[in-house]
Amino acid sequence: MANLQSLDVAARSATTTPSPSVRQVPQVAKLIDESKCIGCKACQVACMNWNDLRDEVGQNIGVYDNPADLSPSSWTVMRFFEVEPQAGNLEWLIRKDGCMHCEDPGCLKACPSPGAIVQYGNGIVDFHQDACIGCGNCVTGCPFNIPRISKKDSKAYKCSLCSDRVSVGLEPACVKTCPTGAIGFGTKEDMVAYGNKRAAELKDRGFQNAGLYNPEGVGGTHVMYVLKHADKPELEGLPLNASISPVVSLWKGGLKPLALLGMGAAVLGGLLHYLKVGPNDADAEAKEREAS
Amino acid sequence: MSKMIQRYSERERMNHWVIAILFFMAGLSGLAFFHPSMFWLTNFFGGGPWTRILHPFLGVLMFLSFAGLMLKVWHHNKITEADKKWLTAVSEVVSGHEETLQNVGRYNGGQKVLFWIMVACMFVLLVSGIMFWQPWFADAFPIGLRRLAVLLHALSAAVLIIGVIVHVYAAIWVKGTIRAMTRGSVSEAWARKHHPAWHREMTRNG
Ligand code: HEM
Ligand code: SF4
Repeated sequence: MANLQSLDVAARSATTTPSPSVRQVPQVAKLIDESKCIGCKACQVACMNWNDLRDEVGQNIGVYDNPADLSPSSWTVMRFFEVEPQAGNLEWLIRKDGCMHCEDPGCLKACPSPGAIVQYGNGIVDFHQDACIGCGNCVTGCPFNIPRISKKDSKAYKCSLCSDRVSVGLEPACVKTCPTGAIGFGTKEDMVAYGNKRAAELKDRGFQNAGLYNPEGVGGTHVMYVLKHADKPELEGLPLNASISPVVSLWKGGLKPLALLGMGAAVLGGLLHYLKVGPNDADAEAKEREAS
Repeated sequence: MSKMIQRYSERERMNHWVIAILFFMAGLSGLAFFHPSMFWLTNFFGGGPWTRILHPFLGVLMFLSFAGLMLKVWHHNKITEADKKWLTAVSEVVSGHEETLQNVGRYNGGQKVLFWIMVACMFVLLVSGIMFWQPWFADAFPIGLRRLAVLLHALSAAVLIIGVIVHVYAAIWVKGTIRAMTRGSVSEAWARKHHPAWHREMTRNG
């Protein structure tokens, strides 16, 4: 949300020169420990409260998910899953959904508007709605189905990881509020270490496939999960091999320089051809023939 | 000056220049989003959000006006044996020697191929463009299709733009051509040199 002068910028959408990056700031991360979450949605409320968001009161869709999906006014939602990781063994999994703050963000890569999406030096990926043009490319680029375009103002919104709070040394609102301590916040290094420790504890307690969800395909994320079934993140709607779609990489990577080169070559080729061959002038030739 | 031969009607000429203007507007507004180095083009359209809003409408209008001309001229663009011969001799033509090609009709093989490339690009641009048109249509398509659509849209835009550069250069290089689209007529010498079969056809009973 906020354009924070106090934070350095590691990457900026549609920008080909370096961004301000002199300050040395530690990488931060949020760690969501699924095994400690009770699905109380206090984090949803804290998020609404800090960010001044009030979604429309929707419909009950027959499950606990409420609101049913992320929206421009709901930057985090609890998702409830009734699954059988092993046949006959029903489990109720709860995942706090929201932006993963990818180290290699597909949204930022796809965005055509300079500075509408930035990644701060601390790893937080933030949308600057004042520069947003409403094209929807961030939705196309995101591997986690996170950004939502508002029908009210045609701007994209998502979790800011409370960049405004973090920039002044506070933890995100959801972290502060969680009554069970299921959401942790600190340096990325500490959170990875703590997440791995928690996963080991869960393994001791019978969840053989517990693990840290910090997908390599997007360079790791600044929001990570401790999952009880890290071998099957699809159970909770998370991609197993999260990465920016190769179609998006081709579109934003290979195609553009080649296409620009092609256009430049066509113009230059025409010019050189004209200099070499000269005009193809039937009338002048006919006149010459008449004269001779 | 020698006798003139009518090549394009008033309606066709108007149609052509409407397409050209809309192509420039759709193309420049699209290129603004194509690469950061061209985002400044949004200044011509009232800034980023306005460019985003206007671009698809300009594109659809361009498609419609193109469709008008396309329906009038497509039957002149069927590829024939003479065109295949032209295409194999293209390097001679480019170096200024087209005397050996005496069977070129109203359009030559290169023009016809370019015509069909433009037709294909226009259709791909329209269909793919609609698939990620915010805020109305994009949500109706699954994300995998939208990703494919942006890729195809950018690709076909690039092909079309390169095609138009070739088209415009050809008109500049071959003197007497631009007149066909401004005044509607070409000189006999022009027709005899560049489209001999068409010239014979036009002068047979004239
Ligand atoms: C035929 C109807 C067309 C429709 C419905 C359409 C629609 C769109 C839409 C919705 C976008 C998304 C970008 C944005 O607005 O933010 C776009 C991008 C673009 N359009 Fe079109 N467009 C059309 C025709 C054209 C034409 C004729 C050209 C070029 C000659 C063109 C070139 C582009 C380019 C270069 C982009 C940027 C693609 C990228 O981000 O890589 N479009 N178009
Ligand atoms: S999860 Fe999506 S919106 Fe969040 S940083 Fe990654 S790509 Fe961007």
